[in-house]
Amino acid sequence: MSDLRLESIVKRFGAVTAVDHVDLTVPQGRFVCLLGPSGCGKTTLLRMIAGLEAPSDGRLILDGEDITAQPVHRRGFGMVFQSLALFPHLTVAENVAYALSIRGADKAAQRARVMELLELIQLPDIAERQVSQLSGGQRQRVAIARALAVDPRLFLLDEPLSALDAKLREALQVELRLLQRRLGVTTILVTHDQREAMTMADSIVVMDRGQVQQSGSPLEIYRNPANAFVADFIGTSNLLDGRARGAGRIELPGGEVVAPGGPESGAVTASIRPEDLRLSAGVPAGANCLSGEVVFVRDVGQTVETHVDCAGQRLVAVAIPEGDPPFSSGDRVAVELPAEAIVVFPA
Amino acid sequence: MRSPETGRTPRTLADHAPVIYPALMLLVFFVVPFGIMLTISFFERVPGGFYQPTFTLDNYGRFLSAFFGNVLGFSLGLSALAAVICVGLGFPFTYLLTRLARKRQILWLVFLLSVLSLSEVIVGFAWSTLLSRSAGLSNLLVAAGLLEQPESWSPGFAALLIGMCYLAFPYTVLLLYPTLVRLDRELVEAAMTMGASPLRAFFTVVIGASRNAILSGLILAFVFTLGIYLLPQLLGRPQHWTISVMITDQAVFQSNLPFGAAMALFLMLVSLSLVGLTLLLGRRKAA
Repeated sequence: MSDLRLESIVKRFGAVTAVDHVDLTVPQGRFVCLLGPSGCGKTTLLRMIAGLEAPSDGRLILDGEDITAQPVHRRGFGMVFQSLALFPHLTVAENVAYALSIRGADKAAQRARVMELLELIQLPDIAERQVSQLSGGQRQRVAIARALAVDPRLFLLDEPLSALDAKLREALQVELRLLQRRLGVTTILVTHDQREAMTMADSIVVMDRGQVQQSGSPLEIYRNPANAFVADFIGTSNLLDGRARGAGRIELPGGEVVAPGGPESGAVTASIRPEDLRLSAGVPAGANCLSGEVVFVRDVGQTVETHVDCAGQRLVAVAIPEGDPPFSSGDRVAVELPAEAIVVFPA
Repeated sequence: MRSPETGRTPRTLADHAPVIYPALMLLVFFVVPFGIMLTISFFERVPGGFYQPTFTLDNYGRFLSAFFGNVLGFSLGLSALAAVICVGLGFPFTYLLTRLARKRQILWLVFLLSVLSLSEVIVGFAWSTLLSRSAGLSNLLVAAGLLEQPESWSPGFAALLIGMCYLAFPYTVLLLYPTLVRLDRELVEAAMTMGASPLRAFFTVVIGASRNAILSGLILAFVFTLGIYLLPQLLGRPQHWTISVMITDQAVFQSNLPFGAAMALFLMLVSLSLVGLTLLLGRRKAA
């Protein structure tokens, strides 16, 4: 099996630890996203996998073979850079054929492979163009084709879509994911865009301050964030400070809720997604209900976002409008926090 | 020509104002002196005097001799060789320079700029001392046991070539620097992920992507060294005297301004056509 295994990888730049003891396994054929805010060490980690940086400590194992010390040009990986790094002095065909010509493939074989790759990215007619004549989306696809030219053992992408506008980016995310599935190439993509990660990945590795905060399937991470950072970074979450009172009871500023699975005592953070909150007019009745006052309503047609103040803590609820007029500022509302939707972490 | 902003042909004086200043400068400092030289090149020398207005092609005719042909060929060959050496040494030098920390880069650039403050005369005498038998570098080789006894390396072809390269090298580096400092480092990294060794990446990507800068560097060093007229007399033997030396000799010492002007024009035409040819070849390769 062609698995990539990272064993306790560390990277220090002077006094700064950019990557701090990362252990990770990427199974053959999977699409993994390294996700985190800028400066979290995700790009450094990818560059170490590619061989562009040497780890300060730890080992990289591919197919059971230690590749930690293998120089970058012997690894046989394909990489798409943030700047795309297309060679400006070569045509599209020459760019795509670069890896083949380095390996000494004959001209006819190069030509055939280039045409095959350009078909794959649905741009069969641009072979003779100069890179400067391409649009942003075309460059993007050419960079992807170039990285795939020699059937790489690993396909690495460093924020490849960040320079594109939102619509094109979303379209290419889907296209890239379908391409990866078709080729079955083991892929690692670095991004700071959680939506991008959730669109494409089989599994997401959330990083912050050089460490892995959580890894798992997109839904698992969305539904069961491991800590407040993940809850806040993946999508949006309402994070409420409270105290655990035992037996799943959590004391919050506006009242008490029951949420199983948290610590039995001490300060806690309760996290709940905006779409899980239920608002009703009037005073709270029943369990897991807090009382609050509507402070702001953002109605964008497709969804309506209601900001509620509950004893000094701000809660945001998102709902799809269903005909009845949304609340307006100043309304007293009851906010229901369904027990199964609350995730509790130690504060 | 239509203005790209307004799409209309400039008509009024105000429309033309932006080009008046540069046009005036070009006229006063380039077109007029050039015109004077062109005119003089058709004049006739008065033996024992200066020159008198007439129209003769004799000055150009005199040029078509084996002697001047050889001098011209030698001059062009010497400058071409110096240009190749300057870019050959300057390109890797500049590339490595751009990989240094910013502070060190500035230190090197200031050093190179300070070299430019040395006049051709000082550089010429300095090298002739450094290459001499009595006080030159060969004494160091003798001390190191590599040489039996000190040798004199100046005057000679190598000494002249060294001096010319020394003068043109800083200009070459300064011309290459902006291109290389802006070169995306990810280009080299991309080449390496695709299987190119660092050396291979340098040759296929760094040099390829800097092709235009290399071409400009070659042209600059070529044209610059073509105009050097003191060094051949300081560091070369009479057979190494270039066409620039001949022009100076005719214009200044033989008081034959018409012939000097004719030679200068001829040299300019030849070097312009060579530069044009180089650019043409470069463009064809790029297309």
